Amino acid sequence: MKKPFIPAAIVALSLGVASMAPALAQELRLTGSGASFPFPIYSTWFKDFSKQTQGVTVDYQAKGSGAGIQDFINNTVDFAASDAAMEDADIAKVKQGVVLLPMTAGEIVLSYNLAGVNELKLPREVYVAIFMGAIEKWNDPKIAAANPGVKLPDQNITVVARSDSSGTTYVFTGHLSAVSQAFKSAVGHGTTAQWPKNVVKAPKNDGVTATIKQTPGAIGYIEYGYAIATKQPMAILQNKAGKFVAPSDESGKAALASAEFPTKTLPGSDAPDLRVWISDPSGETAYPIATFTWMLFYKDQDDAKAKVLRDLVEYSLTKGQTIAPKMGYIPLPDSVIARVRKAAALIQ
Amino acid sequence: MASHHFDHVDRSGSVSGPPSAGDYIFDRGFRGVAWLSAVFILALVVYIVIEIGGKALPAFSEYGFGFLTSTTWNVQTGQFGILPEIWGTLYSSLLALIIGGVFGVAIAIFLTQDFLHGHLAAVFRTIIELLAAIPSVVYGLWGIYVLIPLLRPVANWLHGEFGFVPFFGTSLSGPGLGPAALVLAIMILPTVASISVDALHQVPYKVKEAAYGMGTTRWEAILKVMLPTAGSGILAALVLGFGRALGETMALAMLIGNSNQISLSLFSPANTLAALLASSFPEAGPVEVRALMYAALVLLAITLIVNAIGLAVMKFATRKFEAER
Repeated sequence: MKKPFIPAAIVALSLGVASMAPALAQELRLTGSGASFPFPIYSTWFKDFSKQTQGVTVDYQAKGSGAGIQDFINNTVDFAASDAAMEDADIAKVKQGVVLLPMTAGEIVLSYNLAGVNELKLPREVYVAIFMGAIEKWNDPKIAAANPGVKLPDQNITVVARSDSSGTTYVFTGHLSAVSQAFKSAVGHGTTAQWPKNVVKAPKNDGVTATIKQTPGAIGYIEYGYAIATKQPMAILQNKAGKFVAPSDESGKAALASAEFPTKTLPGSDAPDLRVWISDPSGETAYPIATFTWMLFYKDQDDAKAKVLRDLVEYSLTKGQTIAPKMGYIPLPDSVIARVRKAAALIQ
Repeated sequence: MASHHFDHVDRSGSVSGPPSAGDYIFDRGFRGVAWLSAVFILALVVYIVIEIGGKALPAFSEYGFGFLTSTTWNVQTGQFGILPEIWGTLYSSLLALIIGGVFGVAIAIFLTQDFLHGHLAAVFRTIIELLAAIPSVVYGLWGIYVLIPLLRPVANWLHGEFGFVPFFGTSLSGPGLGPAALVLAIMILPTVASISVDALHQVPYKVKEAAYGMGTTRWEAILKVMLPTAGSGILAALVLGFGRALGETMALAMLIGNSNQISLSLFSPANTLAALLASSFPEAGPVEVRALMYAALVLLAITLIVNAIGLAVMKFATRKFEAER
């Protein structure tokens, strides 16, 4: 028993030492933190990138956009991610300069729980009214008018919102505020909002999804990927052009296409300003609620790290985009990829 | 033969020998460690209070006592108030205490007062104590997937028939105060039951025999002799259970609905301090963190006050029923 074991152990040990030696020489560890909304796709990218790049490990912690920005300002990470981009005042606090890159995009869907209703169309003023608490019953004439032939139950609408502060809420309330001034003043636009009294709140995307799933008559906003993964029904929403559009990769891409990037650069820097909000896309086939999500990099930094980070961006823009639809994210349009690639060259 | 044996016994191995130098060192060392641990625990509590208090101080000076009576929590405008959360914390914990307390004490009576064979009672007790080993998040999931669907038809029937009673004033759509309080009751059940069992076990059997001797029935003996005699222990069980209910976080954050409102209805969504802290902390900015620290301080104060009241009541009960010790 013992005899074959010892040589085997020696071989294993020497192999281990041999393979460790070069790794020690160029081991590079990159850490990032921030938004939880793109966490599933980011962690897949980083794992794959670390595997195919010798001696590089990329770690990402989904702490939330706000915490990511704080870490980035305090220099405790190599990069950060945020659904709410970054404010001018925060950018000014980073001495090395900031490169802000949209890396992927997502849609926010209205998922509902109504027995026997497979297709639900919601006009613009109706979904705003539901989330303001103005429409309280599923058989409200305004909902019925948009859904001829659908048997809507005489049931209270239970609105489900996020209990934690979140980028998803920021984007969703941003869209509703763009549609309705009344919503903007009553509920407000932000990472948390003043929802009407009887709204049920649950933590994180998974909590909202579970609550909708378990509550007959519920409706709530979740990220497209979560709805796909849990096979939740999604409402078809009316866009700015008046068309009813279901959430999908194509309709999301159409929404992104209407994004008009600012022509200026970030304040006090030559990096292009790639912050753009698609709060109410105008395209005929565009799904109305979509958003980019950003990564934040230091402009001026360690050369070795900068090179790996540029490689990471390049990987994300090429191979990374191809897995996006499968995970419920929208691949970036080619025009955006070109802009991001150009801006990424500034990470030096 | 016998004395011959003892002559050969080595004195130094005797149990009754004088303490050696090693014994003294061990004794002193142990005493030192015990003191150190005790001081460390006290210091830790003081440190936590100072730390939270220090971080809450800016919010305290900014919002003052209005923080306790205001009902808005708006990060955008920087308005913070926790009256709905204080209300929800006390209301849900009190409901849990009533339900969990009644069942917990009833279980304790069942297990100790000769209703069951001793071994069977031990098995039952272990099963109830196992409830304490279930993680909070599992209770939360169980509440969402099992309890709420079970409760919904009952609650909505109550709302339909007795909607005029303020407790049934709204229908139960999903998460709400009722399911949260029920789950809380189950969570505090092991605490209440096992400490009450210990308290009842501590009453000498003779007391019960004496009661029987005076001609009481079984229930008279339990209710008029055993329970009052074990009273301080049972009260301690209830106070501990209440304390646990006040601080419970994860299951409540999942079940209570996190809605900023004050309602008497058992079926409307509400919020608690612990749930507010749990759901807002991870993504809070510096201004909100200060307000959350203030909220944490309030929760700490509520828990301390409840424990102090509990201790006072226990002292009173001890004097009344158990005479001076």
